[in-house]
Amino acid sequence: MHSFGHRLNGLLTFSVTILAIMCAIASLSDNLNTPSPTADIKIMNINWFQKQPQGNDEVSLTMNISADLQSLFTWNTKQLFIFVAAEYETPKNSLNQVSLWDAIIPAKEHAKFWIHTSNKYRFVDQGNNLRGKKFNLTLHWHVMPKTGKMFADKIVMAGYSFPEEYR
Amino acid sequence: MKHLLPLFASDFYFQMDWQGQKLAEQIMQVMLLVFAVVSFGAGYVLGSFQMMMLVYAGGVTLTALITIPNWPFFNRHPLKWLDLSEAEKHPKPQVAVSSKKKSTKK
Repeated sequence: MHSFGHRLNGLLTFSVTILAIMCAIASLSDNLNTPSPTADIKIMNINWFQKQPQGNDEVSLTMNISADLQSLFTWNTKQLFIFVAAEYETPKNSLNQVSLWDAIIPAKEHAKFWIHTSNKYRFVDQGNNLRGKKFNLTLHWHVMPKTGKMFADKIVMAGYSFPEEYR
Repeated sequence: MKHLLPLFASDFYFQMDWQGQKLAEQIMQVMLLVFAVVSFGAGYVLGSFQMMMLVYAGGVTLTALITIPNWPFFNRHPLKWLDLSEAEKHPKPQVAVSSKKKSTKK
């Protein structure tokens, strides 16, 4: 090309355009990954189960969360954001989802883990519907990429229920 | 070196010729594409995004070093400019203003 400046400009724009295409292909390559995650949540203890002064139920529980999410990581994964949500139905809402705990997994080595913890965020109902209520505990994950599309999915674990009376 | 040349001549002596410009552009495009493929392949096989970026950055730098400066091998068909003393002997071409207006009004 004609001068130093022309050649420099041409090289920079062409190299950045190619970089954008490489990143798009890298993101598409994530679709080739077939993940096989597993998870299990045990409720070790219901610490307390009370009705607040405002009239809403609140519960505190201790859980043992174990999971193997290593197969979700690809070369284009920056981190995994996971959270545990309790899901149940009430007369007022067909679906209630309450987030109880979350974490960021920065690398594949940390994706196979177990943790014994009480709920990080308060479990408060809209009303007083929790006595004897059946609920699911769902582990959600968001695979956050280095470049491109983010994938999100979940594992639903059913069969949990609250005590019949406050404690 | 440039101060030894007649005025403005340095702009012509240290540039590429036409063939060299074409060659520089072709080399740049081919090298960047090759490095793109190689770096993507290396990153994918090694499972390392960082490796892809490092190889590509290295490739862009290498391409810049080869194609941007006025290397001598880009000047193998140099232009033969008319000597300054020779040019002054001949009349400079006149731009005819009236004929220009007529052609644009078609």
